Amino acid sequence: MSSNQAQSSLFPENLRKRKRFGQIIYFLLLSCVLIGIVSLLILLVRILFDGIDWLSWHFLTNFPSRHPEIAGMKSAIFGTIWTIALTGSFTVPIGIGAAIYLEEYSPKSWFTQIIEINISNLAGVPSIVYGLLGLALFVQWMSIGRSVLAGALTLALLVLPIVILAAREAIRAVPDSYRQASYALGSTKWQTQKYVVLPSAMPSILTGVILALSRAIGEAAPIIAISALVYLTFIPTNPLSRFTVMPIQIFNWVSRPQDEFRGLAAAGIIILLLILLGMNSFAIYLRNRYQKQSEE
Amino acid sequence: MENEITQVTDKEISKNIIISARNLNVYYGNFRAVKDVNLDVKKNQVLSLIGPSGCGKSTVLRCFNRMNDLILSAEVGGSILYNGINLYSAEVDATEIRSSIGMVFQKPNPFPKSIYDNVAFGLRINGYQGDMDEAVEKSLKQAALWDEVKDRLKDSGLTLSGGQQQRLCIARTLAIEPDIILMDEPCSALDPIATLAIEELIRELITKYTIIIVTHNMQQAARVSDETAFLMVGEDRAGYLVETGDTQQIFTNPKEERTESYITGRFS
Repeated sequence: MSSNQAQSSLFPENLRKRKRFGQIIYFLLLSCVLIGIVSLLILLVRILFDGIDWLSWHFLTNFPSRHPEIAGMKSAIFGTIWTIALTGSFTVPIGIGAAIYLEEYSPKSWFTQIIEINISNLAGVPSIVYGLLGLALFVQWMSIGRSVLAGALTLALLVLPIVILAAREAIRAVPDSYRQASYALGSTKWQTQKYVVLPSAMPSILTGVILALSRAIGEAAPIIAISALVYLTFIPTNPLSRFTVMPIQIFNWVSRPQDEFRGLAAAGIIILLLILLGMNSFAIYLRNRYQKQSEE
Repeated sequence: MENEITQVTDKEISKNIIISARNLNVYYGNFRAVKDVNLDVKKNQVLSLIGPSGCGKSTVLRCFNRMNDLILSAEVGGSILYNGINLYSAEVDATEIRSSIGMVFQKPNPFPKSIYDNVAFGLRINGYQGDMDEAVEKSLKQAALWDEVKDRLKDSGLTLSGGQQQRLCIARTLAIEPDIILMDEPCSALDPIATLAIEELIRELITKYTIIIVTHNMQQAARVSDETAFLMVGEDRAGYLVETGDTQQIFTNPKEERTESYITGRFS
């Protein structure tokens, strides 16, 4: 009994205070989440409200026009598809190749360490800088012109660090026991990569690729540098065609004085968001399927 | 030195020895993990490597198929003689060695592929030209797994139980028809029943193969092996071979007192 009393004097009653403190932290954390979600919701609701009346089939199939009631996004949608398809076909093989080299082949030297640090830094370079680089390198120096190809190459450079980082992460997550088993069966380094490491890492790599491409699809700044703020009434027919993309078309409409064009811009944003949502859902689907596989 | 090795080799061939380690030393950077191990393995027998934790039994085992090559800091001195060839001489290719000296790991590690593809993996890698279905079936039968999986060859190897997974890994190793199979504590992650199944399998396999097994479990060494090698850690923390001999003799009448102390459980 006496020892109990001694204890309580050493530990004065503070449980209630500690619990209240915990409550306060809980609400602070919750409000952090709400700030993000609520502002996003307000944005979405406003855009839906502004743009829903302008959504129609001919909005997708018409070219832009001075008359808002017949204006559409056809050239921008096709331009975006062209750009992203080309960007993907450059960035995926190069990004995965670089990741395999860095994770599996590169000797651990100061040189590779510098490369690694640089790749992480490149992922944080503002996109307009890539736009200017693309303008100087592809449009002028390589004289590809203000074409889809130049835009796609620029976006490929922009998202390459993201793809490399994601792919490295995915390759690193492949258990070493798989590699050991493969080597122990007499496979070479490349066979181990091709038949064991890459198949296991692929779903995560694809998730990273899709997220990187959805970043590229929403970029306006580098494309403005490459292609300028153009008003096109044709769709690209080859990689050297002039082009525009959805964010630029949206930007273009927003900058018009008439209210109707703001409605069109909102409608354009809805389409862009739908595409992004679709791509992200696909990435989540891939990740879940992968998790299920590895839990079996 | 050269002469000595050749002489020993000649003697060994007459004694039906398939592989032997001569003055084997393994370093991890500056740390010497294994010191001067000399070991002979007879054809179609099971040799078990026993000893306390950290005595380098797994490291020695991994020298036999040059898996230590994959550890950057590891360096192997001395020689491993297999069919009269030193596996550590410059002209020997580690990848080639591993298709005649297979390995089964401590934790079952089937690939996240179908049961069929797990077994076919090594065959495909090595460019097997024969009937794949037949070879897969034969290997699974040899590994005593066929009856349990014959109706679900398309299922992922990861859906099997731990013991089945380990037998799948054995089947995968058998498929490429190695001479020697190295087993690194193959039952340490398994329950007693699965362990028994693997031990029975080992006894069946030695009609065709030679097996070197590392085990922590002395009863297991006594049950499955024909010969036993006992390793210990020296004061310099390097593992060394104390004695090797007939399993029967090691467990009943060891020459070294250290062996007897270990086997009777006076230290571990």
